[in-house]
Amino acid sequence: MLVVIVMVVFGIFFLVPKWAGVDIAASFVGKQADPASVEAVREKLGLSDPIYHQVWEFFKGIFAGRTYSGGGDVTQCAAPCFGYSFRSEQAVWPVLTDRFPVTLGLALGAAVLWLIFGLAAGVLSALKRGTFWDRGAMVVALAGVSLPIYFTGLLSLAIFAFGLHWLDAQYVPLDQSFGGYFGGMILPWITLAFLYAAMYARITRATMLEILGEDYIRTARAKGLKEQVVIGKHAMRSTMTPILTMLGMDLGALIGGAILTESTFNLPGLGRAVLDAIKTQDLPIILGVTLITSLAVLLANLVVDILYAVIDPRVRLA
Amino acid sequence: MSDLTKSGAAVGEPTGASPAPTAFLEVRDLKVHFPTDDGLVKSVDGLSFQLEKGKTLGIVGESGSGKSVTSLGIMGLHTAGQYGKRKAQLSGEIWLDGTELLSADPDHVRKLRGREMSMIFQDPLSALHPYYTIGHQIVEAYRVHHPVDKKTAKRRAVEMLDRVGIPQPDKRVDSYPHEFSGGMRQRAMIAMSLVNNPELLIADEPTTALDVTVQAQILDLIRDLQKEFGSAVIVITHDLGVVAELADDILVMYGGRCIERGPADKVFYEPRHPYTWGLLGSMPRLDREQQERLIPVKGSPPSLINVPSGCAFNPRCPYADIPKDNVTRTVRPELTEVDTRHWAACHMTQEQRERIWTEEIAPKL
Repeated sequence: MLVVIVMVVFGIFFLVPKWAGVDIAASFVGKQADPASVEAVREKLGLSDPIYHQVWEFFKGIFAGRTYSGGGDVTQCAAPCFGYSFRSEQAVWPVLTDRFPVTLGLALGAAVLWLIFGLAAGVLSALKRGTFWDRGAMVVALAGVSLPIYFTGLLSLAIFAFGLHWLDAQYVPLDQSFGGYFGGMILPWITLAFLYAAMYARITRATMLEILGEDYIRTARAKGLKEQVVIGKHAMRSTMTPILTMLGMDLGALIGGAILTESTFNLPGLGRAVLDAIKTQDLPIILGVTLITSLAVLLANLVVDILYAVIDPRVRLA
Repeated sequence: MSDLTKSGAAVGEPTGASPAPTAFLEVRDLKVHFPTDDGLVKSVDGLSFQLEKGKTLGIVGESGSGKSVTSLGIMGLHTAGQYGKRKAQLSGEIWLDGTELLSADPDHVRKLRGREMSMIFQDPLSALHPYYTIGHQIVEAYRVHHPVDKKTAKRRAVEMLDRVGIPQPDKRVDSYPHEFSGGMRQRAMIAMSLVNNPELLIADEPTTALDVTVQAQILDLIRDLQKEFGSAVIVITHDLGVVAELADDILVMYGGRCIERGPADKVFYEPRHPYTWGLLGSMPRLDREQQERLIPVKGSPPSLINVPSGCAFNPRCPYADIPKDNVTRTVRPELTEVDTRHWAACHMTQEQRERIWTEEIAPKL
């Protein structure tokens, strides 16, 4: 599976510049470069080699490291080698490892928040169906789904960071300052969680209402179980199945693409990196982030599949 | 014909409002109404019956006649876990062993559920939680009402599975519902409902979802267990064959009301309501040589929002014009005693019904 995705990603990123007439070597060197240095770079990066050879070299570089040589210039790139940024000439791998924790922290922190509030609101809505609470929660959820991040994010920044000065809208790495990290991340977490909590509340409500109509819920009540047990154990267990599926996909997607949140709050994560890279046609960065994202989505789905089997015994195979 | 009239009163007189229940289970003028956008659905509209311990009552009727709604009403499952604004409206009285359930504290009724009264549902696959083992679900049912540790409860679960005829119960106790066959699942369901030795067992279409070959086994099991535990049993079904097998008494429901009830033999061999005739006529019989087609009851079940005025069965009744003055379409017939402990609600005179039954209906069955 991963190999297929890798091949597709490679195909796109190697072929598209060719069709689009973008000369990678020229873009690497800069606009006012003389033809000789462009040629040197072309040779050094192996850009005139056949595509399959380039793919192979790139692949090999990830696991075994790579040596770029050409134009009398030799550069060692240790494994895992994802190449060098065209713009900053930094190796791509350290960029990824620097930025990955920021995005991961953003996604996980927000996920904790949206699970707590989304599930609580969804269950409450389902149990109070048709009442003021249900309507109220669903209106808030609708707002959450429809308001874009750059609106809610900027609004929260304007109020809490620049208006009330409660928080410092500055990213501080976790290993530098614990409190600073949380202070800087709380608004991005809430903003991102608001959007997702809204979706999760709606899904939880719909699923819960469906589950409450199931025969086995009636059986649970017929046994004389307390309503808290009927809802909290029997109904919640079934409700978790679709929630988990969503969570796996959402986390996977967020790790590669919290672009809006990271831009709004100026967080140095993967999403920002790829956005900047796209603007400057920095192909190695785009390629690296895409690979990491694909890997994250795959891993997230793997974890979901495993959790699925834990939750639903019918999925378990011998 | 066995003399059920003397053997014990499982069906008593229709009662008034006197608060002195003598029977183990006594339902008085039970009404279950559901408000909907289209109007009030009167699923059960004035139902009364009595049931003694050790006796079996069969409630018969087609879909939407109010059978299941009645049983869920007795169990208190209409009000438990009802969320939102639209609540079922229940009125009347349900006396179980001296306690009136409709006015009792809901938490008290909850404690009775599963211990004093329990229920077997139609489709054991959907009625068992797919994510928990059979053992877990039985243990849970036992531990709600008994303060024992899990080990003791599991021993009890294995014992019950063994009792209902599940092979290798000590291994099967850890299986999931989907790993059981349909018949085994219903056995497990029965084990779960009997784990607390309930005094009242309600079986709601216990064999409808099962293979014909398994149906008889399950019915035998219910009968054996009833003898062993001495519980009162209500069997709800649309299959007259099932009640013929099990019931001491039969109550026929139509449009949310009882239209005929009495000892099983009486209702089977001397039915006094045209709808009961229709049910009997639409039942396949193996003990007759006749190769004639089954006679369905024409028309469809009545709307429970706009119940036909007069006798609810009048639009489908072939004899609706026999009583004078259009009375079938204007006056609702009350249950009247046609024989000892045998009631029917019909405007035709006793003689008219007896004649139609013996001359027109019985010979064709």
